[in-house]
Amino acid sequence: MDADFFVAWIEEAARSVRDRKDELTRLDAAIGDADHGSNLDRGFTEAVKALGDRRPGTPGAVLALVGNTLIRKVGGASGPLYGTAFREAGKALGEAPEVSAGDLAGALAAGVDAVRRLGSAAEGDKTMVDALAPAAEALAEAVRAAPESPGAAVAEGRGPAGALEAAAAAALKGAQATIPMQARKGRASYLGPRSVGHQDPGAASAALIVRALCTVAAR
Amino acid sequence: MKKLINGAGSVVTDALRGIAAAHPGLRVDPENRIVLRASGPRPGKVALVSGGGSGHEPLHGGFVGYGMLDAACPGEVFTSPVPDQVIEASTAAHGGAGVLHVVKNYTGDVLNFRMAAELCAEEGLEVASVLVDDDVAVLDSLHTAGRRGTGATVFVEKIAGALAETGAPLAEVARVAREVNARSRSFGVALSACTAPAAGKPTFELSEAEVELGIGIHGEPGRSRSAMRGARELAGAAVEAIDEDQPVSGDVLVMLNGMGGTPLIELYVAFAEVAGHLADRGARVVRSLVGNYVTSLDMQGFSVTVCHLTDELTRLWDAPVETPALRWGR
Repeated sequence: MDADFFVAWIEEAARSVRDRKDELTRLDAAIGDADHGSNLDRGFTEAVKALGDRRPGTPGAVLALVGNTLIRKVGGASGPLYGTAFREAGKALGEAPEVSAGDLAGALAAGVDAVRRLGSAAEGDKTMVDALAPAAEALAEAVRAAPESPGAAVAEGRGPAGALEAAAAAALKGAQATIPMQARKGRASYLGPRSVGHQDPGAASAALIVRALCTVAAR
Repeated sequence: MKKLINGAGSVVTDALRGIAAAHPGLRVDPENRIVLRASGPRPGKVALVSGGGSGHEPLHGGFVGYGMLDAACPGEVFTSPVPDQVIEASTAAHGGAGVLHVVKNYTGDVLNFRMAAELCAEEGLEVASVLVDDDVAVLDSLHTAGRRGTGATVFVEKIAGALAETGAPLAEVARVAREVNARSRSFGVALSACTAPAAGKPTFELSEAEVELGIGIHGEPGRSRSAMRGARELAGAAVEAIDEDQPVSGDVLVMLNGMGGTPLIELYVAFAEVAGHLADRGARVVRSLVGNYVTSLDMQGFSVTVCHLTDELTRLWDAPVETPALRWGR
């Protein structure tokens, strides 16, 4: 997977966020402040624009630019959290021009760790971590189960698509599992027990973003 | 829902253009979303910088001026500003004596201000932060995001701002800011939800017969819903919640704050009841503020903030202030 693959991912994620903008905002209206959809839409639109203006040459640089753009443009909690996740994932990919599904698994794990640290959030707190952590684990597991030939980047559409399908399914399941949870982080935590019964909007958007990765890999 | 706007996407920028046109004492940059004093930084004075989501006007831009803030950075409606804004505002307001960030305790505000403070520090700017978390409706716990910052923000900005004008050092200004926060408690009640321009419809449904108790300032639902009652009972519920958390006594500064959609006559009705309930509990209202100061767009309702005064805090509260939203003594 090269820089073009990662640019395509962000474009697909931006499209997906735009299509589901109202749904994300609806989820946020129930337990937050009704702006998650519009904020993420604005952020990913800016990220796509930034990638168009100055297309980086490596996957790591693509993710770093996306992360910086989200931090600079989104605001709220989701800007720094998603932004830091992309930045740290980008750092983990280093300067390699092509990366394997195993590299990506490592990068996703690094991104999730950064979100955990910055947001002081753990699984079960009803946040994006509840979708991202299982996705990272599923991806790592899928890569372990089907090891790649040493040293070779897996050809697009073969190895990664299956592993990423597992990650996307795990993210969706994780997002849905936030419905019965009581929020312990973020604005939803102010509602206490009243946060139960609603899907966390951050977990929902995280699942969309991971799904976009899978969509692009399957092309 | 009808809105007096040009479009949902340009509300913040358009409002900043209006603030610029209305208040020559301010220097407003609508594009980068920064509000500064037109007089520029004063050498040797600690600069107070605050910010947060828009939709709470006059907070924060309306409190920029002599005796209060040096700069404000408004974010999108109900969305914290981005680090770039905070860095630019801090740099522009810096008078060589350090910068105090006044941050309301919300995950987004905390994260963006923290990132900005780290970057400011890397560039050699001395920054201290004070977190405002006065809302007793949120149970404070290590396992949650903690209490919200609401009405006490006005007290912190006014009192710390007055101390900064005297040339006090950053550590002193930060100490007083934290003291004001520690001595203040708030509780809010909504008679209706608010409608964010981008959403176009109310954030929650509340029937004619119901109120939300323990609301924040972002249209988020409160901790509980109860039957609509008269001003005396609703004011009583707010004072009781505050008193349970920090027993009211002695000389207090009280703000009866409107959420944006409640007429002033009703705020005064509520204030009379609040003052009565406080007197019943042995507290003496020696300073007060009644009006729309920390709003939540068009939400109907009010919040009560009580600050237990000391001689020092009373003196600093009385000190001259000249901002669009608060002005006296000058």
